[in-house]
Amino acid sequence: MPKSVEVTTPSEREIKVMRRFDAPARLVFDFHTKPEHVQKWLLGPPGWSMPICEIDLRVGGRYRFVWHNDQSGVEFGVSGEYREIAVPSRIVQIERMDGCEGEVKGTLTLSESGGRTTLSVNLEFESQELRDRALESGMTNGMAASYDRLEGQMGAKAA
Amino acid sequence: MMRGLDATFFALADPTRRAILARLASGEASVAELTQPFAMSQPAISRHLKVLENAGLIRRSRDAQRRPCRIEPKALMEANAWIERYRVLWESAYQRLDALLAAEMAKERAAAPGKSSYGRPAKSGKPPGTRRTSKARNP
Repeated sequence: MPKSVEVTTPSEREIKVMRRFDAPARLVFDFHTKPEHVQKWLLGPPGWSMPICEIDLRVGGRYRFVWHNDQSGVEFGVSGEYREIAVPSRIVQIERMDGCEGEVKGTLTLSESGGRTTLSVNLEFESQELRDRALESGMTNGMAASYDRLEGQMGAKAA
Repeated sequence: MMRGLDATFFALADPTRRAILARLASGEASVAELTQPFAMSQPAISRHLKVLENAGLIRRSRDAQRRPCRIEPKALMEANAWIERYRVLWESAYQRLDALLAAEMAKERAAAPGKSSYGRPAKSGKPPGTRRTSKARNP
């Protein structure tokens, strides 16, 4: 059975993302917390790179991610702070997007069984409106510009 | 319309309402029929139906005695489209992560052939709370 991402809305202010990986939790955790790894996959739609990826992995430590659209030159970033860290199974962080109001509380949990890891990310927004805006625009507001291109590509593939 | 989407997501956030929609997907039903599977009073179910109706997810016939409820597929499809686009973005990111994890595991197996990496505790050697700062920059 193919692996696929499950997205649900457990409440009017939350988004929950779940996915399984054929890898131990310690590796999935590493790939979420080492900048040289994160930079290679947390990229959003095609056409975006991640020129800045800084992580200070400790309670109270901060992180900074900046994405760059290679075609338009648009840059967009998020800044966050870690509240809880339990290697290799749990991270709680608070994040703000550049130029946007509100904070998002993100809870990542990794649960391993038989060498496979179930990942669960729970995003809690300050209001339903902010949650819906995030759902509408994709992972971050700044990536909305690439949406039309992505849709075009998806349409071309479906044809 | 964003406002319509708000009402739809609010309606879908409740598991009882999702179960009601699942039931209506296979055909219309009266309030009494919809109440049956739940440990809940009919007025409580009626409140849920009102939320679903307000979101445009169901339609209720007003004239008949039974007042059957019927699902409105178009509103549900619209909410699903938003969630689907969002899901697809995460899917492509996680597929990249899949490839990176596979490459890393192949590297570990090549470095220590015959040893299983499963079940081995993390050996970072550092106590919890130790400061780890790293940066990666692309020029």
